[in-house]
Amino acid sequence: MSQKRDAAIVGIHEYPTRDVEGEVSPLQIKAESAARALEDAGLNWSDVDAIYDAGDGGGMSGLNIAEYFGLNPTVIDTTGVGGSSYEYHAAHAKRDIAAGKAKVALLTYGSTAHSNAFAIGVGARGGASMHPAENMDSFAGQTLVSNYAMVAQRHMYQYGTTSEQLAEISIATRLHAMRNPEAVQAMEDLEFLDIRETTINDVVNSRMIADPLHLLECCMISDGGGAVVIASPEVARDCKKPPVWIIGTGEATKYPEPGGDITTSAAAQSAPIAFGEAGLTAAEMDIAMIYDSFSITVMTMLEDLGFCKKGEGGDWVTGGRLRFDRPSDGPALNTDGGGLSSNHPGMRGIFLLIEATRQLRGESTSQVEGAKLAVAHGNGGMLGSRHSAGTIILGGD
Amino acid sequence: MSEKKKNPTRPLPNTKELDTQEFWAATKNKEFKYQQCDSCHKVVFYPRRHCTGCTSGKLVWKTASGKASVYTYSVVRQSYHPFFRNMVPYVVAWIDLEEGPRILSNVIGVDDPLNDVSIGQELQLEWEEHEDLFIPLFRPV
Repeated sequence: MSQKRDAAIVGIHEYPTRDVEGEVSPLQIKAESAARALEDAGLNWSDVDAIYDAGDGGGMSGLNIAEYFGLNPTVIDTTGVGGSSYEYHAAHAKRDIAAGKAKVALLTYGSTAHSNAFAIGVGARGGASMHPAENMDSFAGQTLVSNYAMVAQRHMYQYGTTSEQLAEISIATRLHAMRNPEAVQAMEDLEFLDIRETTINDVVNSRMIADPLHLLECCMISDGGGAVVIASPEVARDCKKPPVWIIGTGEATKYPEPGGDITTSAAAQSAPIAFGEAGLTAAEMDIAMIYDSFSITVMTMLEDLGFCKKGEGGDWVTGGRLRFDRPSDGPALNTDGGGLSSNHPGMRGIFLLIEATRQLRGESTSQVEGAKLAVAHGNGGMLGSRHSAGTIILGGD
Repeated sequence: MSEKKKNPTRPLPNTKELDTQEFWAATKNKEFKYQQCDSCHKVVFYPRRHCTGCTSGKLVWKTASGKASVYTYSVVRQSYHPFFRNMVPYVVAWIDLEEGPRILSNVIGVDDPLNDVSIGQELQLEWEEHEDLFIPLFRPV
């Protein structure tokens, strides 16, 4: 392999509490997570010279976040593209470190979406807007769930995909969640009604939220956050844990156009760039951390990342193929329990990097034996309209 | 309780937004307007001032016939929006106009939204009248 190994994830932390009961702020979650991730790496605040921030701690974050942390970084990147922002941050950190502009990059996330009772999925959207796209879309009463449901409806129409096939994604994720004590605690704290492994029948018989998506195909709304520390090879060699190398990155956006195909996401553009840089294919991945806002998000992205051909995802996922203890080749999906059953405070992208790193360190609660390669793919915005894709390929030391 | 809270209304677009104001102004004449480039002939929608297909073209306003079809749709069963919460189940859809523009709107006038809407279904534009603008909705032919 001719991969460039010029930056590595050396520290991670996932904030364990999913319901802070309004007693902790997003900024406090970010700072706490940053300190724990730096400790995980064996580094200190003073080692950080680059900050990446999606604005979740408030406006003008590039101006304010360094002061809050008490740092003097010389690289400040505030790319904000929704839930995939952290894949973009990892890509930019790698680029900045490779260019010699930084040695230790800090990515943080904090959100109190649950405590704020912010109805992300079915809440009020629309009304007068000064952005032209929103000003055309806002009168129809689209909920976030129905936006993704329209992708599922078209996927079913074009390729014959079924609700039972989509349910495979929900049940594999829940299986992994039940093995992760923090995910089980999250479901208890968020008052899930029936906390157990699920079956395809459980999913397709759960309440319809927006046809054809059922309740158990929709992610939770939690509080939470986390942090990731990325370092140069020289720094990484002296860190406490083995480095997890960033070996490929890709970015893309997609939006509605006359005649466009809603069943293909921006991942179809970002993934070949990331895999190309790594000199690898999807088939070689042990782990797939894919943003599971909804079942259809994963189905679409498994195809767009190249695990199978477009339209063949339904057959491909069948028979428990995505489980950590799967009998056949192919990646284990969202081994932390995912956004569906472990952690979704609104922008889940950072957890994709964190769990992929755990797997390549051998630290997951649903560990895949000998896992060496992982893809973390984030989706931001809304899949059924305008959205962002960030693909990161990770390799063990 | 204020009048607004008692009688929640559909969220209405901003008629002052500079890219889309001509579209919304035309709705009062029951005209669905869209843009096409006079140089590269690309159809541009939502409305803008610049052609996204070439750098030299001028966008010309055209009027759609109102013939359309369902590209994809969902039946919303749960909404917390003060207006739409009382409308469930209702149909949101990406709708293709015959001339090319794809718009997010509602399919209306169906007895059973769970069974009476399908992808590819032919639709006709219909206007919902408000004081400052009309809203383009679609009814099966």
